[in-house]
Amino acid sequence: MLGVSVLFLLLLNIALGSVYIPLSSIFKVIAGDDSIREAWTYIILDYRIPKALAAVMTGSGLAVSGLMMQTLFKNPLAGPFVLGISSGASLGVAFFILGGSALGLTAILQIHGWGTIIAASLGSFAVLSVVIAVASRVRDAMALLIIGLMFGSLTSAVVSILAYFSPAEELQRYMFWSFGSLGDISWAALGILSLCYCIGIGLAFSITKNLNSLLLGDHYAQTLGVSLQRSRFVILISTSILAGSLTAFVGPIAFVGLAVPHLIRQWFTASNHWTLIPACILGGAVLMLLCDILAQLPGLPITLPINAITSLIGAPIVIWLLIRKKKLLF
Amino acid sequence: MSSTPKHSVLATKNLAVGYGKAEKETVVNTINLELKSGSFVTMVGINGSGKSTLLRTLAGLQEPLEGEILLEGKPLNKLDAETKSLKISVVLTSQVISKNLTVLELVSLGRQPYTNWLGKLTEEDKDEIQAALTATELENLKHKACYALSDGQLQRALIARALAQNTEVILLDEPTTHLDLHHKASIFSLLKKIARQQQKTILCTTHDIELVLSLCDELIVLHNNTAIQNTPEALIEQGIFENLFPGTNVYFDKTSRRFLIR
Repeated sequence: MLGVSVLFLLLLNIALGSVYIPLSSIFKVIAGDDSIREAWTYIILDYRIPKALAAVMTGSGLAVSGLMMQTLFKNPLAGPFVLGISSGASLGVAFFILGGSALGLTAILQIHGWGTIIAASLGSFAVLSVVIAVASRVRDAMALLIIGLMFGSLTSAVVSILAYFSPAEELQRYMFWSFGSLGDISWAALGILSLCYCIGIGLAFSITKNLNSLLLGDHYAQTLGVSLQRSRFVILISTSILAGSLTAFVGPIAFVGLAVPHLIRQWFTASNHWTLIPACILGGAVLMLLCDILAQLPGLPITLPINAITSLIGAPIVIWLLIRKKKLLF
Repeated sequence: MSSTPKHSVLATKNLAVGYGKAEKETVVNTINLELKSGSFVTMVGINGSGKSTLLRTLAGLQEPLEGEILLEGKPLNKLDAETKSLKISVVLTSQVISKNLTVLELVSLGRQPYTNWLGKLTEEDKDEIQAALTATELENLKHKACYALSDGQLQRALIARALAQNTEVILLDEPTTHLDLHHKASIFSLLKKIARQQQKTILCTTHDIELVLSLCDELIVLHNNTAIQNTPEALIEQGIFENLFPGTNVYFDKTSRRFLIR
């Protein structure tokens, strides 16, 4: 059922947008018919399809990393960004956009349009390597969670300082990045993103059995032959590749990573990660496609920031779940 | 009872357990124990005497400060995690994290060391799980989620999980806390039955000394930073229990085998 929803929403996502294009023409374009208006072909092939694919990868990737984080930290509040991944990316982008002009870097990199992406990747990678380095010294998963939050606070403080001294124009550009956007992605970027996505999801599947053992708690998992250090390392790497690359390409997307795993757990009443991970992949894709359709405001020439839409939809869902179930169980 | 001669499964040599790396804080030292196959042994001692610490060390969850632990004659710390998981299973006081798991899922997780990387259960795994559920009388509850179970049922489910792991040694940390007398007795008889019928070596910590005196094969008493292992009768004869509790509030009556309050 989720699979059908993904296909349906994928099509709907491609079909809807600021410019109305008849469904029959969309199919013709996808089939390679070049009798269709050139503008339409361009919109569909170079804008809507990459955007829809980016939405699928963003939603599913963030949902899976959220699920892994929640199991690893045994905390229903954990998400892919608690480890400071998004704050790391923000820091990178802030340095690039806000601090870059002083160093003269912006002009060089801006031409290729890759500047933000590289800056975000470097930022999230830098913060994560620090967190992982600390993780190997700290045995307690909760302490690691708090360390991640502290790194988040530290980086946002640095971002604030940078923002305070920046001209309005640069500040606006930074703000636009932080709204998140699925639309600015090229096929080349999509290729790199897919590679990171496949590696991240592959790692997630490789550690699925251990995730199931971790449901019992660290001590039980150890007596079931699970190496805590190794599992934790693989989970952190997988999450950072997924969330790091996604944040770099589409900006920080709130709530999907936190809300989707909860929705899936409630809906499937399952704990087995062999069910939960595929379900999160599909569920994340559904939610993200839906949010993107809403953000497009079909028929209108304006687009709302995607980050705001995910929060607007995600937050009430989690609140509703809590009120209904009274308890968020794993 | 089986007629096969009992052999030593788990033994310790001058073991010292406790905390800390740089500044060692020893809780119990010079522990020389020997657990034989098919025996039901309980470990008693006052709060803070090191029962849980010793149990965790025996399970390989904590490094010993000194001495060594021998599992079937081989040093425990030389074995890798997977080999250990085929030999020793545990029931701990710490709560299971995922209360959303059903009893069946929980018990199935005991088969993790045997399954392939997909965690797929074979027919043999399913038989073991079924046997564990039958032994703990949980068949009717197997589709219930853990959060819906009573304390006694949850404890039985955790024991079933350890049984499904099908290890020679099962270590249990206070499996009867929060249970009423009836459920305490039924857990202990269950453990004894498992030890007898399946030739498992069972070590369990407890505060219910009176109850286990008549049920267990041997007791390990942790007292004054040391461990004494013997049969209940011999320990009573030696007067070990008279001095178990500090102060004069509680004393042990040899004839009734009960602790009384002065």
